[in-house]
Amino acid sequence: MASAMLAIRDLTVNYGRSVQALRGVSLEVAPGTVTAVLGANGAGKTTLLRAISGTLGFHRGTVDGGTITYGDQQLSGLQPPAVVARGVVQVPEGRRIFGRLTVDENLRAGGLGAASRSGAAATRERILELFPVLAERHKQRAGLLSGGEQQMLAIGRALMAAPKVLLLDEPTLGLAPMMAERIGETIAAINEQGTSVLLIEQNAALALRLATNAYVLEVGSVALSGTSAELSASDEVRRRYLGVGETDEGGPLHREDRPKLTRWAG
Amino acid sequence: MTKFIELVVNGLSVGSVYALIALGFVIIFKATEVVNFAHASLLLVGGYITAVFHDDIGFLPALAAGMLTAAVVGMLVEFLVLRRGRTSDHGVLAIVTIGVDILLTTELVRRIGTDVLDLGDPWGSQSVTFAGITIPQTRIAALLVATVLITAFLLAFRYTTWGVAMRAAAEDSETASLMGIKLSRVSLGAWAVAGALAAVAALFLTVFPTPGLDRNTSLVALKAFPAAILGGLDSTTGALVGGLIVGLTESLATGYQDQLHFLGHGLSGVAPYVVMVLILLARPAGLFGTRELTRV
Repeated sequence: MASAMLAIRDLTVNYGRSVQALRGVSLEVAPGTVTAVLGANGAGKTTLLRAISGTLGFHRGTVDGGTITYGDQQLSGLQPPAVVARGVVQVPEGRRIFGRLTVDENLRAGGLGAASRSGAAATRERILELFPVLAERHKQRAGLLSGGEQQMLAIGRALMAAPKVLLLDEPTLGLAPMMAERIGETIAAINEQGTSVLLIEQNAALALRLATNAYVLEVGSVALSGTSAELSASDEVRRRYLGVGETDEGGPLHREDRPKLTRWAG
Repeated sequence: MTKFIELVVNGLSVGSVYALIALGFVIIFKATEVVNFAHASLLLVGGYITAVFHDDIGFLPALAAGMLTAAVVGMLVEFLVLRRGRTSDHGVLAIVTIGVDILLTTELVRRIGTDVLDLGDPWGSQSVTFAGITIPQTRIAALLVATVLITAFLLAFRYTTWGVAMRAAAEDSETASLMGIKLSRVSLGAWAVAGALAAVAALFLTVFPTPGLDRNTSLVALKAFPAAILGGLDSTTGALVGGLIVGLTESLATGYQDQLHFLGHGLSGVAPYVVMVLILLARPAGLFGTRELTRV
């Protein structure tokens, strides 16, 4: 699967007239790699994916500057199905599976936008191999699956479109640690098969482990970027996203600084 | 007892025709979240085309032409009017459909004038008598045709690619578009199907014992509104059940109006709405509608 570079340059996105969600964000997803985007709530991570997939319109958002290109194709300004047809597919935040459809039908819906439908059966086989639990429950309503299973279904559904770039929005949100690990392994496996991944995560430890390169978004612009190794080593990232404090500033209060509550201390 | 059975069969037959209309109404609502007040005029378009052409090209081709025209008019309303609206407010779009309805109905009423048009159906006023029960052939035809169409629709809705796309889009349009489903195509398809079903309904609303298609046929079509609403606006099952309930209510209220005399004349016209209000009092979202959930 030949993959090209997904490149975002100077992207500016506004919601309505007053809320600037992204200002001049530039970012690249090199072919065949996992690229992570970290950032706190409201940093603009989800907006970034909406801009790539063309769904800003659902939220009254507009791209007011910059470009999004995949290989030599312009993505900004395209309708969502056109972006999918070019091989860039998103797994939205909160899974958003079709709860009233069965597992099978969800997968089928995922394949509707594929550039070619010839390999659909084979793709489906591969997905069920990747997620055996979906094969077991293929006739059930998707709404009855557990959170982790729903996330697998959401990823499987996106894979039905045979993406060249997979955009993942917080795939481990709200999952138990074991399940988050399992999703992490799956992402690595998908990437090994040649799909580039743009991974948005709050779980920075997991994201940095999976990714080659990473970006840190803060209030709508890129605050830090580099290889995962560089970012993992950076004090700033360790303190703010990995929860390992080496400096006194800004981190959680130290135990001994706190006044003892005499009543409890006896 | 004979009378009761006759009334029930009649009611089911009329009800299945209402169900055809209500189904179209519900499909449009599911696909676009717009309440389509122009539905009655789509029905009138279909009926009018069938009436005009049946002499020259025969009944079945004329019916097909009526279905096609109503489907195309539905698609044009979606494409030329609703899609151009620079608003995503479904309330505003619903009001726009009232305007469309007035335009279409006015033009059709001008063409129809004071005529009562015959749709050229092959059944005429013959009836079938079986074990002492007499039923007009048209009623049996209506029941059969509506059953076949509704079954075909439900199968397609369940098993075809179109159906999966439609249901996915109805459940979560943004995510459906992320899967590459073209929402504009889904909504065009919904309007087309709704138009075609309405045209068939027009035929069976105007056959014997009704004199024919006249300027008031669109008013009769309005009875499908309580059907759709009491069933739950976003449920296809609801549209079917709602249609049957309205048909039965109307038929029984007409048949037993002597016994129900204390309620006054013309009860059959009001009865569907009374039933609708009673059902909505108990279940505000309709029998099968999705209850509006608000997270606090």
